[in-house]
Formats: sequence, C-alpha cells, structure tokens
Amino acid sequence: MERNKPVLMQGNEAVARGAVDAGINFFAGYPITPSTEITEFMSRELPRRGGVFLQMEDEIASISAVIGASLAGSKSMTATSGPGISLMAEGIGYAKMIEQPCVVVNVMRGGPSTGLPTQPSQADIQQARWCSHGDAPAIALYPHSVLECYELTIRAVNLAEKYRTCVMVLSDAMLGHMREPVLLPDLEKVKIIERIKPTIPPEWYKHYPDNPKYRAPLASFGDGYRFHVTGLAHDDHGFPTTRPDEVAAMMNRLKNKISQNIDDLVQIEVFGDESARVAIFAAGITARAAKAAIEIAHDHGKKLLLVRPLTIWPFPDEAVRTYLSDKKLILIPELNQGQLSIEIKRILGKSKKTRKIAELYKVTGELITPEEILTALKEVN
Amino acid sequence: MKKIPQKEIHKYLRHNKKFPHVWCPGCSDGIVLGATIRAIAEIGWEKDDCAMVSGIGCSSRMPVYIDLNTAHTLHGRALAYATGIKMAKPALNVIVVTGDGDASAIGGNHLIHACRRNINLTVICINNHIYGMTGGQYSPTTPHGAIATTMPFGNIDNEFDLCKLTIGAGATFVARTTAYHAIEMQSIIKAGFEHKGFSFIEVMCACPVIFGKLNKLGSAPEMMKQLRDSYVPLNLYDKLNDDEKNDQHPRGIFRNVEAPEYSEKYAELVKSLQPKQGESDEQA
Repeated sequence: MERNKPVLMQGNEAVARGAVDAGINFFAGYPITPSTEITEFMSRELPRRGGVFLQMEDEIASISAVIGASLAGSKSMTATSGPGISLMAEGIGYAKMIEQPCVVVNVMRGGPSTGLPTQPSQADIQQARWCSHGDAPAIALYPHSVLECYELTIRAVNLAEKYRTCVMVLSDAMLGHMREPVLLPDLEKVKIIERIKPTIPPEWYKHYPDNPKYRAPLASFGDGYRFHVTGLAHDDHGFPTTRPDEVAAMMNRLKNKISQNIDDLVQIEVFGDESARVAIFAAGITARAAKAAIEIAHDHGKKLLLVRPLTIWPFPDEAVRTYLSDKKLILIPELNQGQLSIEIKRILGKSKKTRKIAELYKVTGELITPEEILTALKEVN
Repeated sequence: MKKIPQKEIHKYLRHNKKFPHVWCPGCSDGIVLGATIRAIAEIGWEKDDCAMVSGIGCSSRMPVYIDLNTAHTLHGRALAYATGIKMAKPALNVIVVTGDGDASAIGGNHLIHACRRNINLTVICINNHIYGMTGGQYSPTTPHGAIATTMPFGNIDNEFDLCKLTIGAGATFVARTTAYHAIEMQSIIKAGFEHKGFSFIEVMCACPVIFGKLNKLGSAPEMMKQLRDSYVPLNLYDKLNDDEKNDQHPRGIFRNVEAPEYSEKYAELVKSLQPKQGESDEQA
C-alpha cells in the first residue's frame, strides 16, 4: 500500500492497519456489527504476514485465545462491539489481573442489549472503565478521525506492552464505517514498543516486578522461564496467596502502574480559543461536530474552546481542572445519557451560579450536529 | 509402559511454597497428576516445551503444582486459552486439565469447537460427577437420581456421556479410564499426548468428601473399589448383555484416528500465501 500519498480509508480498516503496523501478529474474533471489517481485514492480512487469525466460537473464546497467545509471546488483539465487550468482561479482567498485554477494540453501537447495531453511540465509555468486576484500572483511547484510528491503535498496542495490561480502543459505528483520506506515516517512523525478554537465569526470574515505574522483562511460555499465572490473588511469582501483605502488593501494583503514570498515559487536544468563557468537552465522533460548531461560532465573532480527551481512561482530571475550571459555561455533548458529564461533575463539582455545566445527550442512533451544539449553547447561556 | 520411579516425579513438581495441596483426603486428583507426570517423563518431553492450562474447579488447581509453563485461567475457558497458546507457539505441547463442570457445562461450547477444529491439544477431564470446589452442586455428569446440594431430592436431570459427546463433535482421540486404573491411565494419557490432533481423556474419579458423602458411597478405598468394579475394558463391555450394561461402563480408547490437524493446516495456508521467489509481495 502506498504511504507517500493520501488514500481513502475506512475507520475500521485504519484500526486494523494500525494494529499490524504496531506488530499485532495474533487476532481472534467473532463477527459483530459494526466492527466486523476489522476481523475480515485480519483474516486476509495476518496469514500473509505469517501471523495467526482465528474466528472463535464466541467473544469469550476470542478474548481467551488472545490472552493465551499473548502468554505464548504474541502481540495479540480482538475487536468487537458492546455486546461482545459484555461477554469479554471476565477475560479483560483476567488479562489485567495476570498483567498480560493485549488490545481490545470496541466499535460502539447503540445499546443496551442488541440496541442499534448499525448506529453510532458513545454509551460504552463507562463500560470501558468498569466492565470487569473488582478494582481493575483501565486504559482506553478514543480517536475522532480515521487517521487517529490508525495512530491510537498503534499507541494502544504500545501501551499494552509497556504497562502489561489490556488496553481498549473505543470507536463507534460512524467512525468505523466512514472513509477519509489519510496519509499514513512511513513504517520506519512508527514507534513500536517491543516486549523485553528476560536474560537472567530462570531461577532469578520473577514474573511480577516490585516497582510499577520499572518496566520489567516479561517471559513467554516456551522461553525457558517456567512461570505460573492465575486469576487468583497471587504473589510476585504468580502463585496463589491469601497473605494480606502479598495481596496488598499485587492490588497496589495494578493501581499504581496506571495512577503513577498519568502524564505518560493521558493525551488531550485543546481546540479553539483558550480565553473563551464557554467551553465544550467532547470525545470521538461528537468532538468533530464540536469543532465544526466552534468554527461556525468563530465566523460569527464568538469564542469557544473544545477540550477533547484522546485518552478516556485514565480520565484527564488535571486537564479538565486546568482548562475548564474558570469557564462560565461547559457543554458536554455525548451520544449517551451522561457518561462523560458525570466525570466532569466529579472533577469540577455540580453546576453553580458562576459555572454552569450543561449536558446535550442523544441516544437515538443519530449524531449530534454542530447546529444542535450551537443551539444548546444559546439556550443555556 | 515404562515404570517411572517416584524420585523422577519430584523433578516435575514445584517445591517452593506450593504444598500442601488443596485437594481433600481421598481425592483422586493427585493420582491423575502422578499419571500425567509419568506420561510426560515416559515420552521425555522437556518441561520448557510443555504448557498446562486449566479452568476453575478442584481439578483445575493442578497446574500450580507442576513445574511447566502453567496457566490457571477462567471457569470453562481453558480450551480457548489453550487454543491461543497452541496457535501462537505450535511447538509447545499443550495439556488442558479440566473437570466435568468446567469442561461440559460452562465450557461446553469451547469443548465441542475444539473437538471440531482437531487442534493438537490433550484434554484430561477429571470427572467426579459434582462441583466439588463450591461444595457439591450437580454437574452435567451427575448421575440421574444422585444427590447434590442443588438436587437435594435426587437428580432429575439427564447426564452427558462426555466420550460420546466428544466423538460426536469430531475429536480424533477419545478415551476413558479411572483413578483406580492408574497404570492404564498413564498409558492412555501418553497415547493422548502422542496423538496428533485433539485428544479427550475422561478420568473417572472418586470424590469421597463431597460426592461420596452426599450419596453415602463410603470411604475413599470403597469408592476406588466402585471405580474398579463399574468400569470394564471396552472389549469386555461389548460382550455384556443389556441388563449388565446398566451397571457397567466401558473404559479404554474409543476412538483414535488420523485427520489433518488445525495448526498444521494453518501453517500450510501461511506457507501457500508467501510470495514465491522472484514475485513481488503485493499486499492489500
């Protein structure tokens, strides 16, 4: 494929291309709208590259095979939509618990249940954070363009390797299916994080590092380092334990490796005029409408600011405080019933006289338009 | 069959921190672990080249004790994890240890599809007819009429014959043995290991503390005698009349056929797609 000129590409294809460019060499999936193009792309592309593609019997089997392949040394991933994530939830928690890198893509559609399979939605934002039972911190990225689908999938693969966890890429039915011209970077310029293989004698090998800041080598099955993994609470060698000090060390490591690396994990975009008194907080496909609204407003001499999270989890608390605490009005348009706004209110507090937090929800399978954003701003301002 | 001395077994056990084990007195799981180790030792597989994967349940606690590449995964999902491991690294000898509930209730879907794929995995399914770890609920192999904590008035449900099920689903090696027949078990597990394709080995086991107690089946030695007397070799079973067959079950190797193996078929596909020398690599 040509990389020196723009090509028309679909969002789902960009995710799949990003994945293979990042070194994904194992994919297991199950057909589900609107993510199926990713699975189909992988079925064509991976065997050609010597990688493995498997269509499994369901989503539970898919995430299981993905984690198994990662244990055996592959960079592995799956793609699905909300109902599939619901089925994969236990496996996602297991990957986080055993600290095994893998990537899960959720091309969001309307829910709950079967919902609106072909229509866009942003209603799985909180699911991306909380899908597993137990305290399992999450990393989730959300692009807003086809090019970003490519870039953030690469980043997701890298973060999964770096933080030894399951990283989620959020997309939606609109982003997944729309086509845009994209100019892919040269492969040599794509930064890829590889797994560090241990070189120490096997008897010194510890499967889990003491320090969450330190990127420890990770052995794979068959490398000569015979380790054990379990979903049970475990010690730093991976063996089951109920000793409170060992359980505490494990739980703290899971939490701290995310919470102590916020600067590395969180990415946001600030668009428009930072001095504006009115701001919009929006993600993914809805942020595009917000950008269009800001351009229309600017043409009419009105200043607006957009803060857009590229990293949804961990949530960009600091950026919200920095850019939004002095605003008179903050509008949060989203294709759900308040999953981003609940976080903004958690960070900034409820609406008050000096700072109003307004919500614009749509859960009908349609997108929020720039005009609707401008109308909403007029109504509440 | 080669006799593997006791001290040889210790080479395959994890000695740091892992004992005493979780299994109840009289449990058969240790006998299965012993036979599995003996079969590995008999073939001479290197420990580094073997992976053992399990789900959840009493039997699924086995991987923690054995010094291989081991994964204690999620309830019912061991076969799907093992499929990922095998496809990512086909050179690994992948052993799946599971129980009747893990394999055929919550994991039933994965079981039939792994059979259908004929992927080179060896499943050792320890059948104790009950959910032991959660205290005695009925499983898909609890006999009709038996007592379980969730069938307090006797089981009205029908039971699976796991060997017939896996044969029907396309497994190319299917066998049944018991914890009493430990020497036979070793040779059957070895045959399963050596079979290229999907192997399913059902090991009938005694669970005196949970299933035995609920159903007043006596002590562990008595339950072992019941295993000895109720499972007869296939060739003898075939000669029994219908009345006798009601109280007896066949054991032995029911199916052992050669068929194309999944990871090999996949490797051939990959090979066929590689650009031949002189051709340009035209990727999509």
